[in-house]
Amino acid sequence: MSVKIILFGKLADIAGSSVSVDNVPDTDSLIDSLNKRYPELATTKYVIAVDKQVIKENTVLNKKSMVALLPPFSGG
Amino acid sequence: MSDQNLYERYHRQIILPEFGEEGQQKLQKANVLVIGAGGLGCPALQYLAAAGVGTIGIVDDDVVALNNLHRQILYSVNDIGLSKAERAAHILQQLNPEIKVISYNERLENKNALMLFEDFDIIIDGTDNFSTRYMINDACVLLNKPLVYGAISQFEGQVSVFKNGNEDDVNYRDIFPDPPKEGEVLNCAEAGVIGVLPGIIGTMMANETIKLITGIGEPLVNQLFTYNALNNQVYQLNLAARKETRTLIPKDEQAFLQTDYVWLCSSPVNQAEIDSDAFNQMIAKGNVDVIDVRELYEIPTVNEFEHIRIPLAQLGDQISMVKSENVIAFCQSGKRSLQAAKILSGIFGGSKKIYSLRGGIVEWKKQKQTV
Repeated sequence: MSVKIILFGKLADIAGSSVSVDNVPDTDSLIDSLNKRYPELATTKYVIAVDKQVIKENTVLNKKSMVALLPPFSGG
Repeated sequence: MSDQNLYERYHRQIILPEFGEEGQQKLQKANVLVIGAGGLGCPALQYLAAAGVGTIGIVDDDVVALNNLHRQILYSVNDIGLSKAERAAHILQQLNPEIKVISYNERLENKNALMLFEDFDIIIDGTDNFSTRYMINDACVLLNKPLVYGAISQFEGQVSVFKNGNEDDVNYRDIFPDPPKEGEVLNCAEAGVIGVLPGIIGTMMANETIKLITGIGEPLVNQLFTYNALNNQVYQLNLAARKETRTLIPKDEQAFLQTDYVWLCSSPVNQAEIDSDAFNQMIAKGNVDVIDVRELYEIPTVNEFEHIRIPLAQLGDQISMVKSENVIAFCQSGKRSLQAAKILSGIFGGSKKIYSLRGGIVEWKKQKQTV
């Protein structure tokens, strides 16, 4: 099963604006997998959304899940 | 100005069925405080003044610089070196002499924030740094003030409305609970920003504010809107309030005043955890309470430095024993003390600096032997 992730801001500079990850049943394993592929992500702050809902706990994914990672912005 | 002229000025929005004369009167009675008269503040201020918001406050202690002009469109080269708050107020007053514009040429800090916010119905955050953003968020939660939030970086922007009316309303800390540390997220000066982007996002903030005041449409309550100026992609997220968030926000005015927002955003990521060397230095310096959060029967016993004993489970009840500005928790291995540091941070907010001894007392004693 492959899950599509879209990334914003600095995260897109690190991993591209969209990536796919295979064989990840939930968001924790998805993040583990991304951190291995893009170590710089592990030290970057962001919020995770699954199907446009911000989540804070580990969340089960299916093949239709759309995951988004958004960093905070400070600029004004 | 006569009523006829006022009607003329706002005619094109008054004839909107949803808006009408009633909408105009609501704007006229509204008090809006814009914090930061920069990239986001300029367009927000311009549209709010033009639309006839009755009272507009502007807080900014900065002066106009040449490298502001590509995006801060209220100002011209003649304004360089002059106060942004005062220049913006002057320019808006010329645009619309029928409204009241108040400039606060001062830096927003804990000590003036609550008093300033009291006089306004809606707060607009157009600032350019995390420490002020978290301070504004916390102040608005404490005072139950609606906050219109916008932020930008390079080619992307975010907008949201935090209503702060009741417990179910989302605030910024429901999205990003803790401030990033210095260097973790770049600001516009470091990362750059395309000039028109704050124009778009700041104008959206004005639009959200007008919707909040007049009650028309659907403001971005409990939603985070993002916009990408390069590919025009927009993404809208649903947000939910979290119980844990409340523990991160100072619980009252006193705790708010004591919170050091600059420190929260400037210390290195792992400052909350300190090693044996840093621990010894802090003890030598004083103004520190050291807490052993192990159970009372646990060994090794510690008599090398002064400390108090509050087992982890009783930390909440015996909190009055903690008096100093700095607090270091320790346990056997450094795990429970991390939990303790979290609990203490929740209780004290930013009013105290909380540390946990990495590796616990076992590691500390080992280090001591090797010295």
